[in-house]
Amino acid sequence: MSFINYASREINCKIVYYGPGLCGKTTNLQHIYSKTAPEAKGKMISLATETERTLFFDFLPLALGEIRGFKTRFHLYTVPGQVFYDASRKLILKGVDGIVFVADSQEERMDANIESLDNLRHNLKEQGYDLDKLPYVIQYNKRDLPSVIPVETLRKDLNPTAAPDFEACASTGEGVFETLKAIAKLILVDLKKGR
Amino acid sequence: MSTSQMVMYDEEFQEINEVIGRLLKDSNSKVIFLVDKNGQLISGVGETERFDTTSLASLTAGNIAATGGLAKLIGEKEFSILFHEGEKDNLHISIVSGRVILVVLFDNRSSLGLVRLRVKKSSEELSGIFEKLMRKSDEQAKSGSTSFPFAEITDDDIDNLFS
Repeated sequence: MSFINYASREINCKIVYYGPGLCGKTTNLQHIYSKTAPEAKGKMISLATETERTLFFDFLPLALGEIRGFKTRFHLYTVPGQVFYDASRKLILKGVDGIVFVADSQEERMDANIESLDNLRHNLKEQGYDLDKLPYVIQYNKRDLPSVIPVETLRKDLNPTAAPDFEACASTGEGVFETLKAIAKLILVDLKKGR
Repeated sequence: MSTSQMVMYDEEFQEINEVIGRLLKDSNSKVIFLVDKNGQLISGVGETERFDTTSLASLTAGNIAATGGLAKLIGEKEFSILFHEGEKDNLHISIVSGRVILVVLFDNRSSLGLVRLRVKKSSEELSGIFEKLMRKSDEQAKSGSTSFPFAEITDDDIDNLFS
């Protein structure tokens, strides 16, 4: 839930990157971190295991600039993708303003994508949110790998509601900022409509 | 949406800062933060420039969320106070009004007992301010107030952010 501070003229919004384990959520944030000017970003925090698997969340604060005299900040979070961290995923979804679902384009990860997407809908519903009413974009990641499924098939299986979707290769950064820009824009448009 | 949007106005912001400013002195602590349960920093007083306040806010909220999850697992509503003891500095974290987190950082110039005592008193004052704030933002939302800064933004404004 966005936080509007009239006293310090700031608006803070929360974006959550969701998706199955090893789909590239943390890599998305790392790329954004590495390509953002120092004055526009805060420290990136990763609560990860020794093998660099996300344990609780990654966090990256971004200051995008001003709109009508209000500083606009986005707080980017990832969830741990591994199935057994479901309790942590639920916590991170609290107060979310927009969701990026990062899908793994590889054929062998299709079941994991579907399971994670079901899990997202379920966890949102538990907190009183409806994915179809939230700002929401999908990213088809790892397009550079050999065993990828055609985008049309991914779209049919993962994006029946025709949410904005993007092809990406988070390790090289392709599509990462397009995805971020799209979700940020949807959130701002939603805020505008909200009143 | 499951919770109402958090909005902060000048008047309440000043009142809040007065209360936590007083708490800073009375408890002899180093820094005090107020954080929304969603991880947004509301305000801070004391040696704030020495700390990465944004990260602190996000991790505190994560901490409260995780211990809240633990509490539910054992049949408790929440753990309303957390205390982290370090070699030099300690953190006293408590929940105010069910939705705001009060973080007090103190060293050996103060004590846990003093901090607990003062926090209790300030929490009551803060609760009152936040209840007032919630009522105010609900009323504003109902009356369809036009002071909302985003009501008139254009697509160009949004695109300019990314240029």
